Amino acid sequence: MTPTLKGFGRQFTPWAIPSLILLSWQILSWQGVIPSRILPAPTAVFQAGVTLLSTGELYDHISISLWRALAGFLIGGLIGFLLGLFNGISRISELLFDTSIQMLRNIPHLALIPLVILWFGIDEMSKIFLVALGVLFPIYINTYHGIKSVDKGLIEMGRAYGLRGAKLFFVIIFPGALSSILVGVRFSLGVMWLTLIVAETISAHSGIGYMAMNAREFMQMDVIVLAIVLYALFGKLSDVIARYFENKWLRWNN
Amino acid sequence: MEQITIKIEDLQKSYNQLTVLDGINLDIREGEFVAIVGKSGCGKSTLLRLLAGLETYDHGNITIQGKKLTSLNRQARIMFQDGRLLPWKRVIDNIGIGLSGNWRPRALEALKNVGLEDRCDDWPSKLSGGQKQRVALARALVHEPDFLLLDEPLGALDALTRIEMQSLIESLWSRKEITSVLVTHDVEEAVAVADRVILIEEGKIVLNKVIALSRPRVRTHQAFSVYVEEILDRIMGRSNDSDLRLVSKR
Ligand SMILES: Nc1ncnc2c1ncn2[C@@H]1O[C@H](COP(=O)(O)OP(=O)(O)OP(=O)(O)O)[C@@H](O)[C@H]1O
Ligand SMILES: [Mg+2]
Repeated sequence: MTPTLKGFGRQFTPWAIPSLILLSWQILSWQGVIPSRILPAPTAVFQAGVTLLSTGELYDHISISLWRALAGFLIGGLIGFLLGLFNGISRISELLFDTSIQMLRNIPHLALIPLVILWFGIDEMSKIFLVALGVLFPIYINTYHGIKSVDKGLIEMGRAYGLRGAKLFFVIIFPGALSSILVGVRFSLGVMWLTLIVAETISAHSGIGYMAMNAREFMQMDVIVLAIVLYALFGKLSDVIARYFENKWLRWNN
Repeated sequence: MEQITIKIEDLQKSYNQLTVLDGINLDIREGEFVAIVGKSGCGKSTLLRLLAGLETYDHGNITIQGKKLTSLNRQARIMFQDGRLLPWKRVIDNIGIGLSGNWRPRALEALKNVGLEDRCDDWPSKLSGGQKQRVALARALVHEPDFLLLDEPLGALDALTRIEMQSLIESLWSRKEITSVLVTHDVEEAVAVADRVILIEEGKIVLNKVIALSRPRVRTHQAFSVYVEEILDRIMGRSNDSDLRLVSKR
């Protein structure tokens, strides 16, 4: 017997716990229970954000990180999607590629960082490459699986009703695989941020991860925490975007 | 005398070692309504899918309007047992599948014929089982096919809805007299709607019964139940054991 929340309550309930934590964190910092060299107060983090923003530094780091994330995601996502598509549709393509892809998939892509640094140095290429590689597999697996598991009866119905080729694909196969593909997209967004954080932290001279690493050398706790908060916000933002498209495209599902 | 439009000669079909159809011979006249009955697994759906051109046969011949059927039968529309509406398309767009040009008015008209014009913008998941089958029927009819192939379209429905749907199918059929083949488990359903009832057993046609009753048919009439009983007796492989007959009808 759970009472249903309406309007205001529904909007704000999910934020109750984060707000509470933030509030206690602030109070404990004020009272000196949490020393600022362990964890700076939220206000201090906010202050650091404002300062970095006014120098333009923060904007530069954020935009370079976003650019890397987006470029890597688009490249890896596109390759994964196309491979999944072809292997899902064509038996020959599946025989040719699937085993190799499954083998590569089992290598943790972050293990390639030393190799990637040697190949590409520490500039853009290496980060984009790693993100693309990380994003590729979840999208591939889910696209492939989604297409494979489209109801055979619906495909047969389409054929019996005169659909062929591209029409059959766009009317039946692709919509049938879409929910699985979107699961892959959502999962790979997580992988995208994770890869970027690690790559930027280990080897970069710009980006949010670099900002945090650099701040460590000068013991700027507030900047480090700011970087972490930024990653959390961007992670949440990409999730919200993915959810929006899920709701839009899978409306028939609920 | 109407023309033979579907001619099936010595048709054979097997899956691996399993022979499903073993020499089927059948002529269907234009505008005729044929029902195919038989025990589960006897090959009714297989025969229908062969007529739709969705599967290839091993031996024999299917001739449609004088031409040998070798690939998809484009003049036929098949309606499946499980409806097979696309869940991601609204009712009206489901009916529009495979249509081109300005199809909306036609689709609406077809939907009106099955009494569901007010549900045209719903998702299929919002419809009841019987409504889904009515949409599937409208989808098949909107193409104005020369042949309507119905594979147990009412199998999943309750008894009352079935009877309603049967008379709907019958009335739509009698309006246009589309050559129709209905596969069903239900002998009563076959006698209610068909001109002729075919019984398949062990891959062969063992009964080919013309139902000489005027339409619309009344189930409570003596003649109606005589046909039903005769076919049921033949299916159960008995001549005249009334006790057993009662059991088998349950
Ligand atoms: N694609 C297939 N591959 C292998 N065997 C098949 C295939 N399709 C059907 N069969 C077999 O052919 C036989 C006849 O199947 P079919 O679907 O035609 O039966 P049916 O008379 O329609 O039965 P039901 O009344 O239960 O629907 C069954 O034994 C089935 O297992
Ligand atoms: Mg069947």
